Amino acid sequence: MTITTADLLLLSPVLALTGTVVLAMSAIAVGRNYPRTVLITVTGLFLAAVSAMTLMPDANQQVTPLLIIDPYSLFFTALICLSAMFIAVLSYPFLESLDDEREEYFLLLGVATVGAVVLASSNHFVSALLGLETLSMSLYGMVAYTVHSSKADKYPLEASVKYLVLSAAASGFLLFGMALVYGQTGTLAFSSLAHLSGTSLGNGFSSIGLLLIIAGLAFKLSLSPFHMWTPDVYEGAPLPATTYLATIGKAAVFVVLLRFMEVSEAMTLAGTLAVLSLLAILSILAGNLLALLQQNVKRLLAYSSIAHMGYLLIAMVASYHVEGQVGVEAISFYLVAYVIMSLGAFGVTSMVSSSDSELDTIDDYRGLFWRQPLLAAVFTAMMLSLAGIPLTVGFIGKFYLFFAGVEAALWPLLAALIIGSGIGLYYYLRIIYRMLESASDSDHSAMASRLSSGSYGVVLCLFLLLLALGIYPAPVIDLIEAISTYV
Amino acid sequence: MILVTLISVLFVGGLACWLSERVNPNMPRTIALITVLLDFGLMFSLLGAGGTSTWLAVFEAPWISRFGISFYLAADGLSALLLMLTAFLGVVAIGAAWDEVRERAGFFYFNLLWTLAGVVGVFTALDLFLFFFFWEVMLIPMYLIIAIWGHENKNYAAMKFFIFTQVTGMLMLVSILVMAYFHYLQLGALSFNYHDLLAVSLPGDMGLWVMLGFFISFSTKLPSMPFHSWLPDAHSQAPTAGSVILAGVLLKTGAYGLIRFAVPLFPEASMAFAPIAMTLAAVSILYCAKVALAQDDIKRLIAYTSVSHMGFVTLGVYAWNEQALQGAVMTMLAHGLSAAALFMLAGGLQHRIHTRNMPDMGGFWPKVPKMTAVAIFFSVAALGMPGLGNFIGEFLALIGAFQANVTLTVVAAFGLILASVYSLWVLQKVFQGAYNNKSFDDSHLIDLSRREMLYFAAMMFGLVWMGLYPQTFLGMSEPVLAQLLSDSAQPLVTSLEDG
Repeated sequence: MTITTADLLLLSPVLALTGTVVLAMSAIAVGRNYPRTVLITVTGLFLAAVSAMTLMPDANQQVTPLLIIDPYSLFFTALICLSAMFIAVLSYPFLESLDDEREEYFLLLGVATVGAVVLASSNHFVSALLGLETLSMSLYGMVAYTVHSSKADKYPLEASVKYLVLSAAASGFLLFGMALVYGQTGTLAFSSLAHLSGTSLGNGFSSIGLLLIIAGLAFKLSLSPFHMWTPDVYEGAPLPATTYLATIGKAAVFVVLLRFMEVSEAMTLAGTLAVLSLLAILSILAGNLLALLQQNVKRLLAYSSIAHMGYLLIAMVASYHVEGQVGVEAISFYLVAYVIMSLGAFGVTSMVSSSDSELDTIDDYRGLFWRQPLLAAVFTAMMLSLAGIPLTVGFIGKFYLFFAGVEAALWPLLAALIIGSGIGLYYYLRIIYRMLESASDSDHSAMASRLSSGSYGVVLCLFLLLLALGIYPAPVIDLIEAISTYV
Repeated sequence: MILVTLISVLFVGGLACWLSERVNPNMPRTIALITVLLDFGLMFSLLGAGGTSTWLAVFEAPWISRFGISFYLAADGLSALLLMLTAFLGVVAIGAAWDEVRERAGFFYFNLLWTLAGVVGVFTALDLFLFFFFWEVMLIPMYLIIAIWGHENKNYAAMKFFIFTQVTGMLMLVSILVMAYFHYLQLGALSFNYHDLLAVSLPGDMGLWVMLGFFISFSTKLPSMPFHSWLPDAHSQAPTAGSVILAGVLLKTGAYGLIRFAVPLFPEASMAFAPIAMTLAAVSILYCAKVALAQDDIKRLIAYTSVSHMGFVTLGVYAWNEQALQGAVMTMLAHGLSAAALFMLAGGLQHRIHTRNMPDMGGFWPKVPKMTAVAIFFSVAALGMPGLGNFIGEFLALIGAFQANVTLTVVAAFGLILASVYSLWVLQKVFQGAYNNKSFDDSHLIDLSRREMLYFAAMMFGLVWMGLYPQTFLGMSEPVLAQLLSDSAQPLVTSLEDG
């Protein structure tokens, strides 16, 4: 196996990311400079996104047996890199006041992004595991980043250890499942499993192997009943790390799960659909019902993300039933929507917070609408989008899910979707209502006095994207329709 | 293009109101008034248009081609009537808010105009996706109006309003998607176009279920039993202008949906379902009239009477003949005016004495003679006095319904008696009797101002016109209703021939 220059060109997003991390590390070795490190990281992430977008139109090639570089993987590479760039910009003011070394956080962020991009391009068990572990290992560090700070507002150590232990156990499940499948089939590439699904994958060991793989990935996606870690980790982690975990951490894993399910035709196996449907219904109900009880915005968004992952699984089940790619399109569009609205919601939260005082109870947002109208309008739009109300991208995403569900005639799952969305309205509106209330005088002092213009730019950009894609989604829908044929 | 202008004027005007607050706190209301009057004026240009077609104006542009969704707006006589009602009550609502809303006025008028824009969209959208889009768009500003400028229990009321309409809206979305998908299966392409979807025939029970998705959504908005419980809360908590829009316009979108979509798209399923729908209507009329009598809160009382009156609309729609439909449309228009006026009176009272509790009131006649006269006029209109619009509407609805279902019509007609009872009872409680032992501060209990009289006079004029010369309005809706009736009759005939 030789790697040609053409292959290297296709790998340029990953190479750019790796180069960025190395460069940033060298720069830190020469002399610590916080703004410079951030600048290097942001530029590198941007270049990686640009190179992915330029490659997208005509790339379709397996590079080494491990990675597939096609428009679909490049689309998500670009999405991941841009999101990581936004998160880096949001992290800058957040960590500025940290009384500890701040630069290494951006190295972790870069490495995690490498892992996420590998996941998005993976069609082989080895690269899937490598990507997943690279992503998770960096996230452990990001979650625990403020642990040595004397003023850290939260409990990053608890969150990090919890995430480490449970995530490692999940990786164990995943590995064991892969080993069982390998024992039956003798191959680790997703595509070679497809030819075997009729015969050898059908028997007991492989089914158990598949279930273990699904359980492992379900843990990473925090699907119920593997969701227990999510609220604690979200709450304990510093906000930018939570943002990363909630957006890129979810999207990259979902992309690899989707590709695995589609390419290996695992859903033809008896029982797989039932398991996925059960996970979907449980996640939707558990996520939405538990979110009702939360007083903390981070925990609330954690539970709501559980529900959103459940919504996505509906489209996954639907993709088995319908001809054509509508299920894959629905998942892809919803992932884009989900990343935009979660980034926006967490972005506003981290803008009003800093590493030594996180404003994350719902009461902290009382009267925000009258103190910071623009910021509150963005937050309101993000909440409405998460609830799936028109004029926002979340509505088009939900429309896509409904469409896939109707085509596949999945009535029980659609009923769960409607009930879940109905419950969801309540807690999203609760936050909005709190922002609309009149502020008391004590609330004024609680909020960070200075808002970074970079973060402002990011959330405004996300706000405009949210509206633009909610009102005129046709270009993105066409793009997603085109790339979905590659899965 | 005129239709796009109608909607965008309101959207842009709303933004202008919001921004202008920084310049001068009194500017938003002026801008809002100018915007709505401009829109009202533009609507008159619809009347002469269209020529021989029943469609007065049409606008179509591609939107999301992946799903065959287009930005398709069209207005016929029925839409035009409701559009004018919307703009007229928009002006009235701004009048109601003129002095009442002082706090954050810019944002208030922004929400008010965006609600109106959503409603105009609902009355003109003929692509079902677009219809749903506007259907939901009008909710958020209305939610904000109740949640920010509402009264003591506003959070609960606003939340309930939003969740009821949004959840049932999702049922409608699923129904719309099933229609589009069957269009794909039967005719080879996805389409959300109203005219395309009229051609779809759903197999077996599917038609009934899909129709129910529409019915539940529309009858929640209407509202009809058993989905009405959000309305009394929303009305009692909303500011007066919010109540005017809610009772006068938003409820009518539900009725419009039934006439335009629920029945024509599923003629067979709807006719099979008609006895149940008419029963629900009759129960709504009687039950809510009875419940109204048990209220102490004057706004809740008017809200329940609204549910009761809207029962005549459901009754008329599901009788599905020309007289009944004419009656339903007339009731929509007349009730829009009379309910809006009654809510303004109740709001005016609340503004003056800071209570809605009727046992605290009584004997106001000598204190506020003009207000009493106005209240008598609109109460009498609401109870269905001949010569005023409500009588024409309810009378036609009952005549039409009589041809479809005698028993239910006879039962429903008792609602007219109950209406007289509660209307006169309210007058007696609030305006008659002795004025003493008042527990509230009555220093602000002053009579209607000139501006208020102007709005009430305009609404009185409308009701008298509808009552004395209804032909103006019947003539506009008649060709549309005839078209709807003949469209929905064809599948029935063919299915009879097949059978």
